[in-house]
Amino acid sequence: MNKIIRFLPLILVLALGVVLYRGLSLNPSEMPSALVGNPMPDFSLPTLKNPNVPVTNKDLVGDIVLVNVWATWCPTCKYEHPYLLELSKGSQVKLYGINYKDELLPAREWLNYYEDPYEFSIFDKDGLLGVKLGVFGAPETFVIDHHGIIRKRFAGALDVRVWRKEFEPLINQIISEKKQGK
Amino acid sequence: MLNNVFNRMLLMLVLATMSVFIFNPVNASPVETFEFQDDVTKIRFQALSKELRCPKCQNQNLADSNSTVASAMRLELYNLLIQGKADMEIVDLMVGRYGEFVLYRPRVSSLTYVLWFGPAILILVGIIVVIIILRKKPVTKENLKLDIDQQEKLQKLLQTDDVATSNIANPNTTKEEKE
Repeated sequence: MNKIIRFLPLILVLALGVVLYRGLSLNPSEMPSALVGNPMPDFSLPTLKNPNVPVTNKDLVGDIVLVNVWATWCPTCKYEHPYLLELSKGSQVKLYGINYKDELLPAREWLNYYEDPYEFSIFDKDGLLGVKLGVFGAPETFVIDHHGIIRKRFAGALDVRVWRKEFEPLINQIISEKKQGK
Repeated sequence: MLNNVFNRMLLMLVLATMSVFIFNPVNASPVETFEFQDDVTKIRFQALSKELRCPKCQNQNLADSNSTVASAMRLELYNLLIQGKADMEIVDLMVGRYGEFVLYRPRVSSLTYVLWFGPAILILVGIIVVIIILRKKPVTKENLKLDIDQQEKLQKLLQTDDVATSNIANPNTTKEEKE
C-alpha cells in the first residue's frame, strides 16, 4: 500500500502531462456551431446586386444550400474563390454568399473581377446576420438542408480536399434523406 | 567615452519602453460610439461587454477586442439592450449562437464541475494531507526509550560482547592514540 502511495505523485504528473500535451495540438477556432440542428435565423437584408429589394431566410429554403461568408478584406476568401466557382457549376448544391462587414462598391468590384459564384450575396454591412449565425470571421461556410435547418458550420477555406473530407459525406446524406422524402 | 553615451541612450530607451507598458496597459481601444438613453443601460452594456468573450481573439472580452466579430457583437449587444432585453436573455441568446464558450464565467453544469469545484477539492485534499502529517506522533526521546524487556536483552548482549572483545584491542582507542 505504502509503495503505491509513493508512486502516486509520479502517476499524477504523468497524467497531467498527457492532458496538457494533447492540449498543444488542439485548434481553438475549431468549434462546432451552437446552431447546428436549428433553423436558419430570421433576417431581411439587401443583396449586393440589388440594394433596394431585401431577401429573407425564406429565399434560402427548398434546396440543399451552402452559405459562404466572405469579405474583400479577407485574404483566405481570395484563396477559396476558384473552388467556389467550381462548386457553383455543379448541380448538387446552391451557393449563396454573405458579404460580411464590407463596403458595397469594393464587394461589387470583387465579384466583377473574380467572377460571381453566388446565386446572390446578402449584404451584411454591420455583421449582425453574422452574429445571429455565430460567425467568428471569414471565410466560413454553412450547410443548410432542404428544410432550412443548419447542418454544419465550417470555419476556414474550402478546397477539393476539405470538400471531400468535410462536406461530401454530409451532402450525400442529405440527398438520400431528400429522396426518402424526409 | 562613446561607449558611455551609448549605454546611457540604451538605458533611456529601456526606461521609455517600460513606461509605455506601465502607464498604458490598454493599447487597443475599439473606436465606436454608442449613445444610451440612461446611465443604467450604459453600465449594463459595459458590464456585458466585459462578461462576454470575443470568439476570434479568445483571450479578450468584447470590450477589449477590436476584431471585426467583436465590433459586430458589440453592435448586436447594443441593439438588444435598446430593444429592452434583460441581461439573462441577452446572455442566453449569445450562448445559443456561439456556445458556452462565449461566457468568461462558464455556467455550473456537468461539463464544468471540474472547473468550478476542482480547485476547492484540491485545497481540501491538501489540507487533509497536512493534517495527517501533523497528527503523526513526532519522534521524541520518550518514544525511543526501551522497555524493561528490551533493557535486559541489551544488558545481556553487552556483557557477552565485553567478554568476547576484551582480548582484542579496541580499534577506536588505537585510532585516538595515533593522533
